[in-house]
Amino acid sequence: MTISSTPLEAAAADPVVATTDPRRSVVRVLLRDRAAVACLAYIGLVVAMAVFAPLIVRISGWDPYEFDQSSIDPNLGSIPIGSWGGISAEHWLGVEPGSGRDVFARIVYGARSSMLIALSATLLTTVLGVVFGLLAGYFGGRADTLISRVMEFLMAFPALIFMIAMLSALPADDRQFLLVAVISVFGWPYLARIVRAQTLSLKQREFVEAARASGASRGQVVFREVLPNLRSTILVMVTMAVPGYIGTEAGLSFLGVGLVPPTPSWGQMIASSVSWYSVVPTYFLVPGVFLALLVLSFMVLGDHVRAAVDPGGRS
Amino acid sequence: MTRYLVHRVAGMLVVLFLVCLFTYVVFFVLSPDPAVQICGKNCTPDRIDQIRANLGLDDPFWTQFWQFLHGLVAGRVYGSGASVVNCPAPCLGYSFQTSQIVTDMIVQRLPVTAVVAVGAAVLWLFAGVIGGLVSAVREGRFADRFIAGLTLGGMSVPNYVLALALQYVFVVQLQWLPFPQAVPFADDPVQWFLNFVLPWTVLAIGYASAYTRLTRANVIDTLGENFVRTAKAKGLRPDLVWRRHALRPALTPVVTIAGMDFAGLLGGALITETVFGINGVGKLAADSITKNDQPVIMAVTLLAAFFVVVGNMVVDLLYSAIDPRVRVGAA
Repeated sequence: MTISSTPLEAAAADPVVATTDPRRSVVRVLLRDRAAVACLAYIGLVVAMAVFAPLIVRISGWDPYEFDQSSIDPNLGSIPIGSWGGISAEHWLGVEPGSGRDVFARIVYGARSSMLIALSATLLTTVLGVVFGLLAGYFGGRADTLISRVMEFLMAFPALIFMIAMLSALPADDRQFLLVAVISVFGWPYLARIVRAQTLSLKQREFVEAARASGASRGQVVFREVLPNLRSTILVMVTMAVPGYIGTEAGLSFLGVGLVPPTPSWGQMIASSVSWYSVVPTYFLVPGVFLALLVLSFMVLGDHVRAAVDPGGRS
Repeated sequence: MTRYLVHRVAGMLVVLFLVCLFTYVVFFVLSPDPAVQICGKNCTPDRIDQIRANLGLDDPFWTQFWQFLHGLVAGRVYGSGASVVNCPAPCLGYSFQTSQIVTDMIVQRLPVTAVVAVGAAVLWLFAGVIGGLVSAVREGRFADRFIAGLTLGGMSVPNYVLALALQYVFVVQLQWLPFPQAVPFADDPVQWFLNFVLPWTVLAIGYASAYTRLTRANVIDTLGENFVRTAKAKGLRPDLVWRRHALRPALTPVVTIAGMDFAGLLGGALITETVFGINGVGKLAADSITKNDQPVIMAVTLLAAFFVVVGNMVVDLLYSAIDPRVRVGAA
């Protein structure tokens, strides 16, 4: 079953199919790349914030739901006391106008929900996309027709409007699961389409034929011959999908149909800063910058992963 | 060609029907009883029954769905006796909350959304194509890298963040733009135009970035093609090589994607319109969601699907007109 990695075969392969063990070389190329390392560092920071949120909050001294009446000025419409939105040794990134909740704590906990939702949605879309893409591409026939029709239908759907409509009609508890489900339902066709196309071309290649001729079962061919060759494509698609889902979650929360207060989320923080942004710009700036940097990091990383996986391709 | 057209239109109708059905099922199953909502505070069971009967809410699912479709094609009449509401085709329903016919509400606001969408599309097409051409010509040089940086930024800042940031800088701090107020075009064209500057920019920036990348990649690919090399080799002037041979194949995909993106703008306009308080269809959808005005939400969803499906078809037809290589029936 190692036919796919002989030099001859690899030389004839698509540029997307990497020569040696793709994982190791991609990691090595990325680690030599300063921009990619910076992005990885920021993503790592946000992930660490998400994972260790309770610990971090204990060190910074305020939990995300605690009201600090002493930090806001009731005579000035409850805007934070002090310049820069009340940034001080006490409140590292200032406080929320109106309530006096600690912005740093809410950012840390917001990272939790953003990452959790974006990563689970990515996981779910990847599984769905790969399974259906493989099914449609490898088995063809009726399965292909059915899956392709469903994909066309889902892609013709005004996903954002429908997500909003659906989430607004659904009950507000367990929003995380609903968000992940709704995002995944409309997300998987974009990956499945590419997996299907690649499977179609991989199916015709000699090593698949050889495996089939040597008596491999369908399952073996799909999982041990076709799937490993899709690895780099899937890797690239995944890194590109994460920023999209982070943006979608934040956008839905911004529109008020995502995570419900008091659960903190970056999109929701930006939404609530709308009524304050001309008086307390920092309150809007902090979550905005965190969010934009996270999306940017994933996008740059995605570009660099693609370049590392596919050195022959342009941009 | 005719056969192809018939085929495409039939496929389109099937997709639209499915979208209708899917949306209807979801709303039918998920949403709370609209009769209770219309009835309001001083409600009696009798009154609820009457409303249910007037709106046909007691009928089984398929009857209701059929009536909805019938209204869409041939119009329908709500209620009976004195409180009759006539809803001519295409009837998208009757809003419980505003007591208006949904079609009218949408038609009123469609021009505003059209202004937002067209302005943004013009802006992003210009910026994207010019940016892409410049980076392709200066591939690997400073201008290319600078533009690449800009496009990355443009794609990663969510548009509501951008909207608020720009509004803070240009309206609150620098005061280069007036505070947005709803002004009809005829009263004060300047103010009207200035109102739309930020929404256009915000909506366009994400697309412009994507188009810059696309144009750049396409132009670079085309310049590597054999026919361009041949044209250069036979001594054609460089500007003619560009105009006659390189630009057309490089820009065709841009045009088609522009068509599809334009058709899908209703979704993007939703956030932009909400942030800037523009009274278009997107804001209508957002407002109806907060008020849980289901017929309106459903109508906007259907309208958006309609635009996407029709847009895709128009683009496919256009594509075969522009690019002889994919002409239907030619192969």
